[in-house]
Amino acid sequence: MSEPQPRGIKFREPPVFERGAPGRSGASLPPLDVPEVDPAVLFGALARKDAADLPEVSEPEAYRHYLRLSQWNFCIDSQLFPLGSCTMKYNPKVNEWAARIPAFANLHPMTPEELCQGSLEVMWRLQEALCEVSGMDGCSLQPSAGAQGELCGLMMMRAFHEAKGRSPKKVFIPESAHGTNAASCSLNGLVAVKIEKNADGITHPEQVLAAIEREGSDGDVCGLMITNPNTLGAYETFLPAICKLIHDKGGLVYGDGANTNAIMGRARPGDVGMDVIHINLHKTFTTPHGGGGPGSGPVCFKEHLEPFQPSPVLIRRPQGGYGWDYNRPQSLGRLRAFTGNFGMFIRAYAYIREMGGEGLSMASTLAVLNARYLWAKLKDHYLAPVPQPCMHEVVLSDSQLERETGVKTLDVAKRLLDYGFHAPTVYFPLVVPGALMIEPTETETRETLDEFVAAMVAIAKEARETPELVKQAPHNTVVGRLDEARAARQPRLRWTRS
Amino acid sequence: MAQDDVRSDRKYTKDHEWAKEEDGKISIGITAYAVDQLGEITLVNLDVRVGETITAGKAFGTIESVKTLSDLFAPVSGKIVRINSDLENKPEKVNEACYDLGWMIEIEPSDKGELDTLLDVEAYRELLKSAAH
Repeated sequence: MSEPQPRGIKFREPPVFERGAPGRSGASLPPLDVPEVDPAVLFGALARKDAADLPEVSEPEAYRHYLRLSQWNFCIDSQLFPLGSCTMKYNPKVNEWAARIPAFANLHPMTPEELCQGSLEVMWRLQEALCEVSGMDGCSLQPSAGAQGELCGLMMMRAFHEAKGRSPKKVFIPESAHGTNAASCSLNGLVAVKIEKNADGITHPEQVLAAIEREGSDGDVCGLMITNPNTLGAYETFLPAICKLIHDKGGLVYGDGANTNAIMGRARPGDVGMDVIHINLHKTFTTPHGGGGPGSGPVCFKEHLEPFQPSPVLIRRPQGGYGWDYNRPQSLGRLRAFTGNFGMFIRAYAYIREMGGEGLSMASTLAVLNARYLWAKLKDHYLAPVPQPCMHEVVLSDSQLERETGVKTLDVAKRLLDYGFHAPTVYFPLVVPGALMIEPTETETRETLDEFVAAMVAIAKEARETPELVKQAPHNTVVGRLDEARAARQPRLRWTRS
Repeated sequence: MAQDDVRSDRKYTKDHEWAKEEDGKISIGITAYAVDQLGEITLVNLDVRVGETITAGKAFGTIESVKTLSDLFAPVSGKIVRINSDLENKPEKVNEACYDLGWMIEIEPSDKGELDTLLDVEAYRELLKSAAH
């Protein structure tokens, strides 16, 4: 597939409101068998004057409309989706089967615990599995996504300090961390302090110490937030020393576990000294964005943080069975209604059981191997800013290509669409100019990776020979290059019948 | 505008802001290099009002482009006397003319000596050269 994909027939589909005709209907309703009511009589001034102007379409019109829109989709079920930092792995359909088992899917969230023991057991077992993967002592499934997991972990860290009568404010964050980390600090009333990028892409203990001294923060160290492997796809090899350093200053270490897909069965955050992490079920344990479900960002923590976790806490009762413990005086409270995004628990649990421990470990091994394969094949065509081989994702830069050809990262990303691939993450991490962040995941075959490499190499060649072709891409999609600046500056957010 | 376009009538920060003194007041904006890095600018958000004071090194607003969002850092401290309200509806002015019509705020400096601590045009040009590699 080293050539742009042929243009298939894709329909230019208008908004559904522009389809249909007055009186046309896709539903065959029985004749009215109750007296007709005039809403104006019942509701007076509250009744609307004009009809709602809903689309009136036949069933085939409605069906074709949405099917055609779905054909515009670039998604993991149709192509490689190498969106770095997002772990867009294929979502096995057996997970969807499991999540749709009526006894799970139709369970009311208010069901008394004695009538939903099976579901509670799945949650318990999932917590145990996540503790095993992370090397932690406890787990709460409540947080609805990664960012809420961060919020939760930091709230637990704050509560830990407050229980000791302290309220340190500074949280040290390497530049190569996820962007949400600093935001989570601000939401917690904490102060994010940046640790600058190092030439080898990883954080060194001396840098952490220097940042603490620079800030004059001795005694004010709430903790450190670190993403491992970091957003440069590099493994933080100094973590044990860094964790010890922070602990010696009275702080705690928060691990952003969004990149857990690189290390399952190989390294455990708890073993290297981290105190609390979140894990993105919707990344590491399938169902990526757009893969059929909402997010889920459980937190896993060491014993000393256990009293502060969200309540209610799922417990195994001494007499057998599972239940909820609401008597948690030091808990940070509820993070959301009910028990979290339950469907995600089923999918993640099904995946973990399907894979087994060795399978998860192999998934991480192959995820790293796939990314390194891309690194090895692409580093002579695009600048790779980190000198050592990457972990689960490879970060490239457009700086050399742009200097030589004027073609930028955005152009390369758009041109990839013509070759039939979803674009990687672009312009992130911010520490790399014109970053292209590529995460193939373990679910891609070598053949697919070779096709992707061929496309990337072909685009670099096009940039040299016919730069305008790349700068004006995409050419084969239903719509071409959109004016993103104008869309942001003068957004038209309403459709009106013209 | 070329990304290495610099002006000799003003001072610079390593974060790619410029500060230009005129009649005792200092106007502040971002450099052509910063504009080039940002790409097409979609929003200039100035979180300050006339009469407020700002501190050197602290953020006075944010700038958003199709690529990214960045803080705007005050090169020097002082009291705000004017804000370029045109940027609210026409952020593209920063893309078109970052050294004049794309100015952001004007301040009455609280310590004129601060301006001398900033990079002069030669030092800034050197910084850009090292940033390119």
